[in-house]
Amino acid sequence: MAVKDYLRQRFFPHMWCPGCGHGTILNSLIRAIEGLELKPHEIVMTSGIGCSARISGYVNVHSLHTMHGRALACATGVKLSRPHLKVLVPMGDGDALAIGGNHFIHAARRNIDLTAIVMNNRIYGMTGGQFSPLSGVGIKATTAPFTTIDNSFDVVELAKAAGASFVARSTAFHVKECKDILKKAIEHKGFSVVEILSQCPTHYGRKNKEGDAASMLEFQKKMTAKIGSKALQENPNLIARGIFVDLDKAEYCTEYEKIIDSVMKEKV
Amino acid sequence: MNNTIKFVQGNEACVEGALYAGIDFFAGYPITPSTEIMELLAARLPERGGKFIQMEDEIASMCAIIGASLTGRKAMTATSGPGFSLKQEAIGYACMTEIPCVIANVQRGGPSTGNPTHVSQGDVNQARWGTHGDHSIIALTASNHQDVFEMTVDAFNLAETYRTPVILLFDEAEGHMREKLVVPAEGELEVVSRLRTSLGRDVDYHPYLPREDGRLPMSDFGGEHRFNVTGLFHDMWGFPSNNPKVIRELLRHIVDKIENNVHEITRYKEHYMEGAEYVMVSYGSSARSAIHLAKARRARGEKIGVLELQSIWPFPVEMVREKCAGAKAVLVVEMNLGQVAAQVKAAVTEPERVFLANRIDGKLITPEDIKIYIRVIQGRGV
Repeated sequence: MAVKDYLRQRFFPHMWCPGCGHGTILNSLIRAIEGLELKPHEIVMTSGIGCSARISGYVNVHSLHTMHGRALACATGVKLSRPHLKVLVPMGDGDALAIGGNHFIHAARRNIDLTAIVMNNRIYGMTGGQFSPLSGVGIKATTAPFTTIDNSFDVVELAKAAGASFVARSTAFHVKECKDILKKAIEHKGFSVVEILSQCPTHYGRKNKEGDAASMLEFQKKMTAKIGSKALQENPNLIARGIFVDLDKAEYCTEYEKIIDSVMKEKV
Repeated sequence: MNNTIKFVQGNEACVEGALYAGIDFFAGYPITPSTEIMELLAARLPERGGKFIQMEDEIASMCAIIGASLTGRKAMTATSGPGFSLKQEAIGYACMTEIPCVIANVQRGGPSTGNPTHVSQGDVNQARWGTHGDHSIIALTASNHQDVFEMTVDAFNLAETYRTPVILLFDEAEGHMREKLVVPAEGELEVVSRLRTSLGRDVDYHPYLPREDGRLPMSDFGGEHRFNVTGLFHDMWGFPSNNPKVIRELLRHIVDKIENNVHEITRYKEHYMEGAEYVMVSYGSSARSAIHLAKARRARGEKIGVLELQSIWPFPVEMVREKCAGAKAVLVVEMNLGQVAAQVKAAVTEPERVFLANRIDGKLITPEDIKIYIRVIQGRGV
């Protein structure tokens, strides 16, 4: 299937700002799906609210645009009901880890077979540039005119601790790496988390003097390094990219099917 | 197959009703006094290939049943006061996206944590207006276990018929009391299946285009047809729209499909109502005391009857007006500060003849309590 056939072309051009990283992530995601030769009717995309959440409208799959933070909770109902479907859950940083934080850690704890994609631009874009739980200390935002004093979550560490069986990180700059990681995440049986650093030149970039989209992408390249690379060894301040966890672990829906099988046998 | 006679809690009668109606998905979070519903379904659902999941919170439980229902499952959750508050956002989402589902609220005292182990009927208005924005809702109630069973079956039927969330407003006394329940044989009560589109794969299917009769055939999400579901105002394909005509028509549709069918949805019972000079309007556990009192008074020749509401929303305005028309006085018996009484006053032609007999202290209202109010109304002193 051609890449364009996975898209609802009539809704283009998309609504994201010029220079936003989310379109690039959509590109990597579609190419990952295409690479896996998945059919659109085998895929459910469940999203929440925010710039990131609009991604589900552009993809020609079964699309469920839910409430702010609730994408994973709704996706859990879909997946447990129809375990044969591939359920992809793209979320923003505030969506996934502020209002949806509880659903995030519990979906990870259950190790239910969902693919959670955190499109992390470190800001609430749709509401006009407020800081998020992934902004970190010393950031300017409309709700932090004197810079933030809030610490940020490390999505990778949080997902690991909560029990996700696949955890990875990439960026909007590393388009091909991002595609390859997403492919593995979608194929993985269990809860997979992929954090993708994205750029919001409109709000984050402007407020924090990070320049235009090109210089923000340059920053993603400069500030990150592959796991196990020499660069990372030499400079531990760099953000690590790659696959951190890839475990074969009991998956929730499969385990529930086992309960059904044993209970039904007992009844007969 | 024969009827099965059981001696059960009201919460178990609700479970039996849900199973009879064909529930195959439950998501919940423990909360007194509704927890038995989830405990029982945790055991019963996998026996028939259904799915049960204990979610991380009340919000997630409501979201999970929405996801499940969309894929074609008959789905339900159960809760009480604080949990009902938390579910309101997703109940609104189900109204907007027209996803059938059932929410049992076994009422306890509120506001806030209130009185978890005692009875109340304080969530009547929350069932109607708990979620934001104009919308309509169906809410049913019951005063005995047989009716809890039947109203639960009805709740699933109405959810499918109108593609809407349906609230079951039970209460702590009903939920925890034990009495006889006869589970009818299969086929004895009507069970409404999901109305699915007959369109084949790759045919342009419109999930939000009502048929001439107002109903919207569904397609299991993840199945034959790909469409969009969103809580934003949306067009007939489910895609977001800011078009004023689309917005107006969708809002009218989700309200009118219920309000215009109030006669179809209305459920009530009449007890000793023949020629009644005094009418007690009641529902749920309160109605038991009202019925008890009416029976005793009739035996003494006093013309006093009970109009028992089994559907509260949409409020059966015309039916209540008609049944109360000849009464010297109407006494609304409930365990709150007059939530249904306000509806009755608005419905009847002479609101000054409507009085409230209530208890709000966590104790079940008794026939003795109601007697005092009747004496006052009749001018016989306290």
